[in-house]
Amino acid sequence: MKEIWIIARRELSSFFNSLMAYILLIAFLGFSGFFTWISGADVFLVGQANMQSFFGIAYWSLFFFIPAMTMGLLSEETRSGTIELLLTKPISDWQVILGKFLSTLVLVCIALAFTLPYYITIATLGPLDHGAVWTGYLGLILMSASYIGIGLFASSLSKNQIVAFLVALLIGIFFHIIFGVLAGNFTGFLGGVFTYLNLNTHFESISRGVIDSKDLIYFFSLIALSLILAETNLTRRRF
Amino acid sequence: MDIIVENLTKIYGTQKAVDNISFKVHTGEVLGFLGPNGAGKTTTMKAITSYLVPNNGDIHVGEFSVIDQPEEVKKRIGYLPENNPLYNDMPVIDYLRFVAQIQGIDKTRIPGRILEMVKLCGLEGEKHKKIGELSKGYKQRVGLAQALIHDPEVLILDEPTSGLDPNQIIEIRDLIKAIGREKTVILSSHILAEVEATCDRILIINKGRIVADGTPENLRKKAQGQEMLKLTIEDGSKNEIIAALQKIATIDWVNPISGSENRFEIQSRPNVSSRKATFDLCVKNSWTLTEMVVVETKLEDIFHELTMN
Repeated sequence: MKEIWIIARRELSSFFNSLMAYILLIAFLGFSGFFTWISGADVFLVGQANMQSFFGIAYWSLFFFIPAMTMGLLSEETRSGTIELLLTKPISDWQVILGKFLSTLVLVCIALAFTLPYYITIATLGPLDHGAVWTGYLGLILMSASYIGIGLFASSLSKNQIVAFLVALLIGIFFHIIFGVLAGNFTGFLGGVFTYLNLNTHFESISRGVIDSKDLIYFFSLIALSLILAETNLTRRRF
Repeated sequence: MDIIVENLTKIYGTQKAVDNISFKVHTGEVLGFLGPNGAGKTTTMKAITSYLVPNNGDIHVGEFSVIDQPEEVKKRIGYLPENNPLYNDMPVIDYLRFVAQIQGIDKTRIPGRILEMVKLCGLEGEKHKKIGELSKGYKQRVGLAQALIHDPEVLILDEPTSGLDPNQIIEIRDLIKAIGREKTVILSSHILAEVEATCDRILIINKGRIVADGTPENLRKKAQGQEMLKLTIEDGSKNEIIAALQKIATIDWVNPISGSENRFEIQSRPNVSSRKATFDLCVKNSWTLTEMVVVETKLEDIFHELTMN
């Protein structure tokens, strides 16, 4: 556990040293702030004290920002050869994967923490369903964790960061949109399968305030699967 | 801590990078790994650090096997990979702290170890700079510092002096020699002078196989076999001299050195010397012998001979 945190901390400091973290934080807060308060279906237009408009925009901006954060995690280390240095230290491949996963998750949580003033402001505007806000944040974190896992897997596939970014986006778009579209086109068993695979189904049910074990299982298995694939890829180099 | 490599085989696709090699390195020994590019040096070293899993065979570092207890092996090894990869965006001191933490060094000892390493590797002036801003020589020192920070019993250095200037090379060599007195060191190189200067033992590998193993002196002696002399004989005609030399029983063949009237190359038969007979011959014919040099076989020649076919 200590080793995982050491890796995560190094990764975080490299996010902040390279300005990556600041750019993403500013972009994320700028986007979500703009669309929550100023433009489009913002809080004032909707006229209700809820955070649905924020969750909607965060759901989309995180989808694009996360691959940008994860693309370098493994591919850059493979390209520069530092992965060899890291893996010849007394730590396991799993600790490397989990450390990197944790680092990005912490960064996303920092970004989300900066949006807590939105919550406080809206709470003073009218009656707010506090439970739904917290489950909404939980939903965002679970969604982010899934995309970080996918991004990490994509990053383990290539030495090229751009390739890793695009692969992560490509896989992500299936869960984000395509399965949802397919679910609408099919009925019966196949429709059910696509509805289940659609990430939005689970995100919506959580952000409405319902924590169903079915949704949790979905997110956790998506995270676990992508991390296992990333670890397998990392281990494969040794054979 | 001894390193025992047994029947190590590593295959990439269809190519055997390392083909069934076995050797042993003892504590306090500096082993030089010599071979042309692509001979399997780096692969063998990566297998010892348990970065690569062998297709066949096993490696023991002390009592630990790289296959069954890789974590234990990794704890005891300091490794400087080829091309010295480093995190360029990290300051030197932060990087050393990161490595120290990951090596599991006790928290209270970390600042002390970092200072020691900075001193040992001469990084005082650069410790707060980002690694990416350092020159190649300083980067190499950072690489060495990170390999040594947990005071490992085994040190594996893949081409430690590549890209350094002559002064830095001498410094690094001295450092390696000093370290090698108590630790087990394996270093690879394709610079022969380097291995000769730093290593107690040389292992030459080619196409994944060991082709020679021994001390630099031994290898040289083995390859020497027959004595080779260069002569300059004045005051005589070329043909006469050649004819006379060929009559000496211990001489195998005589060869006039092209472009010169009175210089010759002679090789003696195995295990005998022709120096005295040659001198006597000159005295008898009143020729003046102005040069007689024993041609020493250089490590380069051995290397060339062993790895060219």
